[in-house]
Amino acid sequence: MLYRETGQFKTTYESDQRIFRIVQDRWIILAILAAALVVVPFVATPYLYTEILIPFLILSLAAVGLNILVGYCGQVSLGTGAFMAVGAYAAYNLWLRVPEINNLIVVFLFGGLMAAAVGIVFGLPSLRIKGFYLAVATLAAQFFLDWVFARVGWFTNYTASGSVAVGDLSVFGMPIATPEERYFLILGMVIFLTIVALNLVRGQIGRTWMAIRDMDIAAEIIGIRPLLVKLSAFAVSSFMIGVAGAMWGFLRLGSWEPLAFDINRSFQILFMVIIGGLGSILGSFLGAAFIVLTPILLNQIPGWLGIPMSTALISHIEFMVFGAMIVFFLIVEPHGLARMWAVFKEKLRLWPFPY
Amino acid sequence: MGPFLEVLLGGLLTGVLYSLVALGFVLIFKASGVFNFAQGAMVLFAALSMARLQEWMAPTLGWVAFPVALTLSALIMMALAFAIERLVLRQLINQEGIILFMATIGITFFLDGFGQTIWGSDIYEIDLFLSKDPIFLFEDVFPGGLLVDPYELMAAVIAGILVAVLAVFFQKTRVGRALRAVADDHQAAQSVGIPLNYIWLIVWTVAGLVALVAGMMWGAKLGVQFSIALVALKALPVLILGGFTSVPGAIIGGLIIGAGEKLAEVYVGSMFGGGIENWFAYVLALAFLLFRPQGLFGERIIERV
Repeated sequence: MLYRETGQFKTTYESDQRIFRIVQDRWIILAILAAALVVVPFVATPYLYTEILIPFLILSLAAVGLNILVGYCGQVSLGTGAFMAVGAYAAYNLWLRVPEINNLIVVFLFGGLMAAAVGIVFGLPSLRIKGFYLAVATLAAQFFLDWVFARVGWFTNYTASGSVAVGDLSVFGMPIATPEERYFLILGMVIFLTIVALNLVRGQIGRTWMAIRDMDIAAEIIGIRPLLVKLSAFAVSSFMIGVAGAMWGFLRLGSWEPLAFDINRSFQILFMVIIGGLGSILGSFLGAAFIVLTPILLNQIPGWLGIPMSTALISHIEFMVFGAMIVFFLIVEPHGLARMWAVFKEKLRLWPFPY
Repeated sequence: MGPFLEVLLGGLLTGVLYSLVALGFVLIFKASGVFNFAQGAMVLFAALSMARLQEWMAPTLGWVAFPVALTLSALIMMALAFAIERLVLRQLINQEGIILFMATIGITFFLDGFGQTIWGSDIYEIDLFLSKDPIFLFEDVFPGGLLVDPYELMAAVIAGILVAVLAVFFQKTRVGRALRAVADDHQAAQSVGIPLNYIWLIVWTVAGLVALVAGMMWGAKLGVQFSIALVALKALPVLILGGFTSVPGAIIGGLIIGAGEKLAEVYVGSMFGGGIENWFAYVLALAFLLFRPQGLFGERIIERV
């Protein structure tokens, strides 16, 4: 009843092709944006910013990037962490070596571009190998790049421990220091790149990605060039992941070492994509929220119950519960949270008078 | 010549240990099409059970503790296989490969946490009653002979026995024939009356037992600790090199990777500042894949529209 498209006529091509075709969707999105832009600054504490909102937004962007590759183009990648590292270290080097560009947006985009270039190189094997062979092959990127950033001193400016730190950041002359300022910068980037992603996946290039995903040989026969399509998916995906990596380094961590982008990060983001829903931008956000919030909640539970436990034991149990939850979720809804939301919307159309 | 052969032999013997882990992957992938990322966690879990049970019983039982602990650990791995089949695989029948793969990553997290919760997370020892001193081989052929770790030699012998047993099991027994039938074609196997659930249970049990052997070997070599779970990552390039579906491929792939990465580390690594062992195996496997996308011994992938 509340969520019904009855009576919403599309009389122009423009209205038929917009991203949110139903007026209720537009209101929901506007409400979420308003909440994120207006309400959050009034109620948020620094803890909420740094531990929940900032990680959620950055990892959502990474998940959107990975979803383009895995969900839309069907190329499974386990090298996400490495591409984030490329973004972070490329951004760091531009920031460090060209101090005239003290504009984080330029720095982040540069990080994304470098990640895209590296992504194309490590995407080349996808032209030859598929499925799990490809997934394992992308692990080569992960381990190789981990090693490069740990061993090649130039990237880390020859610091002894390999950890780098940034400070004194600004955008167009405005300083970015407090959690609130960082939050707004990240929010802006994420909104912008999400709109880009939404438009890409419903345009011509997105259609070719999906054709390759659904059946690559058939797609090739009808005249889609796998080389361009697969590599463009790797490039776009790595670009977003690279920007996310640069933001993770600059705005979330402040100082980091290669370990921040190890294989566990890759799995974390892949989990977001799978739990959220393959081939769904909305799903990337839902999955990111789930994966970011669950460990925080799990961490709190022993305290609420008043059971004294050692931190090691808590972390082991956290692992256990987390693993069990993932299996449980896959069994209940293998197509992810986005599918759950779609089913819920279907129900809402008739609610509260289902007959 | 001596040092070269020593590095080569050391690499080959380490490769056997990789093969042991890769073998578990292959068994499961062949029979159920599941890419079981949890194999590394199973190795860790098996090793932890073995080490703790042995440690617990050793003061009262003496050397008898070893076979008893071994039997109990084997039973635990069987129970685990049963639980995984019942609680996870059976629920996910007919899902896509990537969903099953993700589920096994979930199992990995669970097992890592579970194992360390019930068995503890310190470094434990498995006593295989071998001397820790390295032994020398071919002392009359080379000056000084070849330095070999007895654990690795033992692992090679055990791996050889294991492969022979598995070969006999697969080729000569009724269950083995059923396993091969399932590997060839699930539906056809089911239609001639082979119960799939039962086969999966068997295959996960066998993989669990292989994990137990691998865990004992790695545990004796490195000490039983969390890092054992990470050797699974070393087994992955072995897999893509040998092919996901080939038992001999896992063994030969392991040997090539083991020897290749040790030789590369010793002779090439110093040029790049060392530590290339971590990725060399992957790059080697990747280079192989560009020429043979299905690995050395994998089944040829035929694609039709």
